[in-house]
Order: sequence, then C-alpha cells, then structure tokens
Amino acid sequence: MEASTLAITILWSLLFIYAMLGSLDFGAGFWGMIYGKDDRTNAGQIANRFLSPTWEVTNVFFVIFVVALVSFFPFATTMLSSLLLVPVGLGLLLLTIRTTFMVFANHANRYQNILRITSGITGLIIPALLVSMLPITLGGFVEFVDDYPQLLYGKLLAHPTLYMHIAFGLTTELFISAVFLMDYSKEAEDWSAYHTYRKHALWLGPISIAIAMLTIGTMPEEASWIVDNIEANPVWFGLSVAFFILGYASLYIKSKHGRKGLARLAMTFIIIQYGIAIYAYGLAHLPYLIYPDLTIADSFTDPSIFYKLLVVYAAGFAILVPAFILFWRLFLKDQRYLKQQ
Amino acid sequence: MDIVVMSRVLFGSSMGFHIIYATIGVGLPIMIILAEIMYWIKKDKDYALMARRWTKGFAILLAVSIASGTIVAVLLSLLFPNFMEIVGQVISLPFQLEIFAFLIEAVFMSIYLYAADRLPQGLRVLSIFFVAMGATASAILITDVHAWMNTPAGFEMTESGAIINVNVMEAFFNPSFVVTAIHVTLSAYMTVAFLVASIAAIRLMKRHISNEERAYHKKALMISLYLGAAMSLGTAINGHETAQMLHEQNPRKLAAAEGLFETTTYAPLSVGGYTSLEDGRVKYAIEIPYALSFLAGDRFDTEVIGLNEFPEELWPPLYVHILFNVMVGIGTLLIALSFLALFWKVVLKKDFPGWMLGLLVVGGPLSVIAIEAGWCFSCIGRQPWTITDVLPTADAATKSSSVSILLFTFLTLYVVLLFVTGFVMRYYFKRNPVEKDLAAQ
Repeated sequence: MEASTLAITILWSLLFIYAMLGSLDFGAGFWGMIYGKDDRTNAGQIANRFLSPTWEVTNVFFVIFVVALVSFFPFATTMLSSLLLVPVGLGLLLLTIRTTFMVFANHANRYQNILRITSGITGLIIPALLVSMLPITLGGFVEFVDDYPQLLYGKLLAHPTLYMHIAFGLTTELFISAVFLMDYSKEAEDWSAYHTYRKHALWLGPISIAIAMLTIGTMPEEASWIVDNIEANPVWFGLSVAFFILGYASLYIKSKHGRKGLARLAMTFIIIQYGIAIYAYGLAHLPYLIYPDLTIADSFTDPSIFYKLLVVYAAGFAILVPAFILFWRLFLKDQRYLKQQ
Repeated sequence: MDIVVMSRVLFGSSMGFHIIYATIGVGLPIMIILAEIMYWIKKDKDYALMARRWTKGFAILLAVSIASGTIVAVLLSLLFPNFMEIVGQVISLPFQLEIFAFLIEAVFMSIYLYAADRLPQGLRVLSIFFVAMGATASAILITDVHAWMNTPAGFEMTESGAIINVNVMEAFFNPSFVVTAIHVTLSAYMTVAFLVASIAAIRLMKRHISNEERAYHKKALMISLYLGAAMSLGTAINGHETAQMLHEQNPRKLAAAEGLFETTTYAPLSVGGYTSLEDGRVKYAIEIPYALSFLAGDRFDTEVIGLNEFPEELWPPLYVHILFNVMVGIGTLLIALSFLALFWKVVLKKDFPGWMLGLLVVGGPLSVIAIEAGWCFSCIGRQPWTITDVLPTADAATKSSSVSILLFTFLTLYVVLLFVTGFVMRYYFKRNPVEKDLAAQ
C-alpha cells in the first residue's frame, strides 16, 4: 500500500471512531436534556450516567483527528483552514459552551435545567456543523480569488444538499445513540429507559437510512464524480444496507426473558453498517481531500516521517489498552456504577 | 485591524484564557497527591477531605481547561496554517505524544472522580498519580513546540521555502526545550500552590470559624506553602538558566527583555522602568551594576549583545521589558513571601498574623499574573517571527477576513466563561462548605 493511502486509511478510521463516539456523546447529551425532568422514565439519568465519565475521552478523539490530519497531511492545512475557518471556529465555540455547561450542570443544582438545555441544544448543532463540512469537500462551493480559496457561503447555504447532509447527520447521531443507550440501559437493567430508547430507535432507524440515500440525490452537479464512484461500488453500500436490516430486525427479536430486542446484537450490526458505509464513502472520495483542488498525494508529508509517527501511534495505543479496559469495566460493566441511584 | 493582528489577538487571548485553567490543571493534581500522601501517612481525615474538595474544584476547572485546550489546538491550524504546515513536517511528534498523555489523564481522571469509592486506596493514589503525570507530560510536550518556535532546530529550508533534511529528534530536543519545560512545569506547580494558599488565607481571616475548620485550613495552607516555597525557588534557579539559554540562543530577545541597546561587557541589570526608543536606554530603572553580564555568563566581563546589532525591523516590541520585569518581580516576591511565612510558622512557631494572611491572599492572583506575563513575554518577545528567523508572523497567519467574526465571538465567550466558572465554583463550595463536610466525617 502507498504510504499516503495508509495514512488516509488511518485518518479515516479515526474519523469513524470519532463519528461513533461523537454520536453517542452528543446524542446522550440530547436525550439527557429531553428526559432530564421526566419522572416516567430513567432515560435521562442513564444518558447522564454514561456521559459523565466518557465525554473527556470522546473529546480527545476529536483532537487526535485534527492533529493526525495536520501531521499526516501538512500541505492540506492552508486550504482546509481557509475554507473551514468559520464552520470549525463556530463549532469550537459551541463545543466549549456544551462541554463546560454540561459539567457545570452537575455542580450547580439550581441552574441544572438551563445549563442542561443549553448544553443539549448546542450539542445538537455541533454535529450539524461537522457534517456540513462534507459537501464542501465534494466540489462546487469553492472559488479561487487571487490564488486564495474562498468558500461560497451563499451558494452553500442556499443548496439543499447542505440541509440533507445535516438531516442525515442528526438522524444518524440520534439513531446510533438510541441503540447504544438501549444496550446501556439493559446492562443497568433499567427497563423504563430501555423501552424509551427502543421506541426512538424504531422510528429513527428507517428515517436515517432513507435520508442517507436521498442525500446522494441532492449532491450538486460538480459532485457528480463521487455519485459515479458510489454507484460504481454497489456491493459495499448494499452490504451496509443489509447490516442495517439485520440490526433493525434485532430490535424486534424476543430475548429469552420475553423482552423485545437484542440490544447488543443490534448495536454490533449497526456499528458494522456504519463502518462499511464510511469506508465505502471514503473509497469513493479518493484521491481527493477537496475536489478538484486538493488530493491526498499532494498534501502528504514525507513518508519516512509518517512511518516514525506510526510507531508513536502504535506504542501510544498499546500503552492505553489496559487503561481502556479498566475504564470499560468501571463504567460500562460495573453494576455498582450502572445501578447507583 | 489587519488580519494578521486579529489572528494574533484571537490566538493570544485564547492562550491567555486557556493558560489559567491549564496551569491549574497541571498543578492541582500535585496538591491532591500531596494531600492523599499526607492522609496515608498521618491517617488524618482532614487530608482525605482536602483531596476530595480539591478534586471537585479540579473537575469543574478541568472542563474549561479541556474545552479551551481543544480551541487552542484547532485554532492554531485555522489561524496560522502556514506555520502548521511546517510544524506538521518537522515537530508534530510532541503533539502526537501530547494526545496520549492527555488521554491517560482523561481516563484516570474519570476513574479517580467517578470510581474512587470502588477502588482500594493504593489504586486510587495510583490513578491520581497518572492524572498528574499525564497533565505534566502534556504541559512539557506542548512547551516543546513553543520552545522549538523560539529556537528552531532539526530541519533546513531551501530558497523556495521547502523543508528538507528533517531530523525529528533534533527538533524535539531543540536547544531551549529542557530549560523551558522545567520553567513551565515548576511555575505551574508554584502558581497552584499560591492559589490554594490564597483561598486558605481568605478562610483563616474570617473571625467566626470553628476550631476544626481553622485547623483544616491551616493544614491546607502549610501544604501549599511548602510546595510554593520549593517551586518558586526552583523556578528562580531555572529562570537563571533560561537567561543563559537566551544569551546563547536568542540574544535579541534577552536584549529586548533588558532594554539593552549597545553591546557591552560589565552590563548592568535594569530593574523596572520602561525602554525608551528615543533615549536608547531604559528610563526610570534601578540599575544593578554588572548583574546582567553575570546572569548571562556567570562572569562580570561577559559580553552581552545589544539590540543595535540587529536591524530595527527585527526587534520585538520594546515593552517586553515590562512583561519580563513583572514576571521576575512577582516571582521574587513570592519566594520571599513563602519563605517568610514558613520561617514564621516553623522556626518562630508563631501563628500567622493578619497582615501575612493578607499578603498570602494576594499571592495567588499575583502568581497568575506572573504566568500570563511570562507567556506574553515569551511570545511577544519572539516577534516579528512565529518561528525565529524562519517564518515571519505576517506569513504564518491566515488571509481569511472571516477572522473578525470569530474574534468578537470568542472574546465574548472567554469573558462570559470566566464569570460563569467563578460563579459555579462559588455556588458549589457555598452549597458544600467545609464545616458541613467536617461535621459529616
């Protein structure tokens, strides 16, 4: 494999991890807001219990992605940063409000509601902003003025594909987080929360996949290259849909206790579904970072440096594995944490 | 304002905001470890309570620290893309390592915060130890990139601006790395010690507090005084080495710090005053004969290079002399204050008088001012360069005019967050006062 291909694969894997963790994180923040004051279900408590110890780790993966992008593809920074200055800048602003208010909510009981609502709503806008960067990379929204790339805000904001991308991002986020929190509630044996999240997973699933397919149809003319690439690769996208159907069907299978839904199995299938979809999409996106001006080969760093960085990544994650295992056992498995009042 | 200035103001204020929380984030775990160790040795429950309360405060501040750290990390690429293009090729290693250091901190912080009651004591202390290690390592690694900007190494630049012959290790261990990393670490520990001392002193100045509470705050004050004394002294000794490093690696910056125009042997040290361009000297300063030469090279006849050796357009702004003096002045004051307080208590065995507590209250905010002045000195003193003698700031910055929108919104955010953090801290600790926790023990 070419070094630059390896690099983009790693970067893409980091994006996949962050997309999953971020969906859980922002989604849980949203559900925590919705059910925070609802006495009929523990859904809010479950969401916040998951969120408290995990948001920092999720946040680190966002930074890992940015750092990996800059160090693997240093020659992409100038173009990316001039195009993405405003969306990423606003994202950072909201992320800060979201993070701090979420933590503050745990320490200032009287103001918990307003803090949690602010944090929940900003938490919903951030993924929308993040996913709105996808159409920018597809072509048609960039103009060069004096050799300097400019984002055509007017054209982007007026284009339906932006809103379809956002709708796709939000429904996906809420679907993934609902399925995960269903599984998490099951681990905590909290059945009121379980049923709440299952209910939401049931309607969000089909909508998310329908929107995903419709989004492809809204892509601008300039992006026809990626539509062609996607259509040239029906097997992977078909496989992704197949795993969605398997995951969705698992929500209806009765477990041996007579309760509907095999949460862990559904979660596994859905992760595979998105894994396949993201890699297939990434493959269709090659060789461009931004069509047609920026390719991965042009922006790649010196291969010898890349391999050195790779050793650092391998060593770093190897050291962290035991810590992650401990983390998993303490917060996602330990009944004393899951069931506390 | 032009775009370059706006980018600098935006990034500078983001750093200035972040550094307050980051410094506390690096130093507070050390205080928590000390409290945990004291508890282990003395079996005095006050220390366990101290660790718990500090951890609560830490958790609130850490949220802002992480969020603002994320801002700084990403803004750097957004605002100075040409700088990051070179960083990505030469010195991305410390950034990579920093992420892992931070991941360790985040994971063990969650464990210490949310699982402490489910862990045996040894494992609990170990997890806060990992938090401290992760935090300090993060600070050192980020400082490495900062040091490299001051004293770049490990690459060559061709005529056309291409980067060649990259040596990652040489860049990592650039000439000012070790001395600067020690400086940042020790001063962070020092700052937190004086901040905690401030809070303890405020409580001790209150008339109507119970004897239990008084004893509790005295214990907290003593831990912070010992740490503060040791770290402020350490920072000063290291500061001397920093001056020598500047003398060798970046004489232009040293000359600006000292307002020295002509190259001289037996150079005097100017304390206070401001650098006047018209007069070509520092006005209204107290001059200590030979001291600068001695500081720079351990000999009175050391030749110290003056600003006139460099073209004027490459001089940093002359007001860095004031920033430098604020940093050194406060550092010196804090050494005196902490040693005096310890002498009073440990040798004379007397109680802290009111005036001394008053001084200690001021010590915390002063140490934060010193940190801010130090960072400003180091970054403004490097101007007009982003990477010394390699990349001018004007070329490093973005050309996107949208910076103005971000500048306004971020500045508002920082002001609001400073107030909200203060409010939440006050609210939380008012709701959960020490008396209540002491009574519950």
